[in-house]
Amino acid sequence: MFKFDKLVFGDAGWGDEFLIATFMTLLVSILSMGLGLFLAIITVWAKIIQNRITRFIANFYTTVIRGVPELLVIYLIFFGGNAVVMSIAKVFGYNKYIELNALTIATIAIAVISATYSSEVLRASYLAISKGQIEAARALGMNKFSIFFKVISPQVIRHALPGIGNVWQITLKDTSLISVTGLVEIMRQSRISSNVEHSPLTFLITAAILYLCITTISGRVFKTLEVNYSKGFST
Amino acid sequence: MIEYLNSIQNSLIYKNFFLVLSGLDNTILLLLISLPLGFVLALLFALGRVSKITLLSRTIASYIFVIRGTPLLVQIYLIYFGLGSVKFIRESFLWYALKEPFWCGVIALTINTVAYGAEIFRGGIQSIEKSQVESGLSLGFGKFLLLRKIILPIAIRKVLPSYGNELILMVKATSLVSLTTYMEMTGIARKIMAKTFAPVEAFIAAGILYLFLNFLMVQFVKYLEWKYNPHLRLNN
Repeated sequence: MFKFDKLVFGDAGWGDEFLIATFMTLLVSILSMGLGLFLAIITVWAKIIQNRITRFIANFYTTVIRGVPELLVIYLIFFGGNAVVMSIAKVFGYNKYIELNALTIATIAIAVISATYSSEVLRASYLAISKGQIEAARALGMNKFSIFFKVISPQVIRHALPGIGNVWQITLKDTSLISVTGLVEIMRQSRISSNVEHSPLTFLITAAILYLCITTISGRVFKTLEVNYSKGFST
Repeated sequence: MIEYLNSIQNSLIYKNFFLVLSGLDNTILLLLISLPLGFVLALLFALGRVSKITLLSRTIASYIFVIRGTPLLVQIYLIYFGLGSVKFIRESFLWYALKEPFWCGVIALTINTVAYGAEIFRGGIQSIEKSQVESGLSLGFGKFLLLRKIILPIAIRKVLPSYGNELILMVKATSLVSLTTYMEMTGIARKIMAKTFAPVEAFIAAGILYLFLNFLMVQFVKYLEWKYNPHLRLNN
């Protein structure tokens, strides 16, 4: 049933392929988490400035993406992404065929999903900062940038870390859906290997164990970070 | 006016909408079985998790750890492709269920939601004040009566918002069953995309239906919260 000999490194087994696939999963997760956080900051900014139009757009974006299955979003970006990029390129007078590579599409798709979750976390932790602090910073003559970098962001990071840890776990698990686009990450690798070796159980359990290892280790990392960032605050 | 209506009827979104709508019953069927089953099992698992029997509690804790640490897609594939490849399962009575993508989907979704639900309910049970249990005991309640009349009602209504989140995640999770050739809404939308190569139209049709389902789910949870939290209503 479980064929250990198929998991050795080298040509006889799939060990090295799985190692590369694990790195690919981690790469997609980290890239899309980063891009997602960037998008989330823009979304939060659009929500908290007193502007009806930006707030409507941001709310529409988060509501729709969170109410629609991840798989559907990935399909949309995978099948529709090229057309969008080509039509944008046409505006700038570039008429040739453009094809985005799988990694780019995967990163964008997962980031679009992950950003909606991150934005809720970041918004909540921004709202947890008391207004008096920002007023105090202003009274000290700090400009907008130093208020953002020296007063707001350190506290937002501290408040948001547990939530961001959860979003990271969700993002990591969402990358398994990217296998439908053909990017060879853990899930795709386990499908390829099991199709070749006719032993789905072996490779799917391998995939499950790999995911379990990544989530456990990254959970530990986030715990350490939380302890680090809440120094001086009794937890 | 009539021309305008005709143009709407001939538009791709309009046609896709009804095509995708034909998959709605399959999506709802998945939910109708896996959600109630998941709810009951999650309650039982949560009780086992907080019980004083160490072996039971540890087993359930590791089950929750494994299920929450792996993607749902792995679980669905493990049940659909993985179990189907084992010879003695193919020869046993289990094969009647496991050869159908529908039942594989139901089993995988149930296993998944039980793990998340059990963790949510555990939080609810552990947050009950000790005095409430003690006053129940002082009234001479037995263990079962205490559970039925005090612990479960309070725990469930406390965690209704977070369990509502889990229900919405489950609505979204049904889309993954389409990867086992089961034709629910996402599966049909995927087929339309492959056929017409118009991903946006198919996406909008399916997306509207999913948003609608989730909207209903949110209203349902809101109604439950209103019904079971009479002490929190503003004017009664």
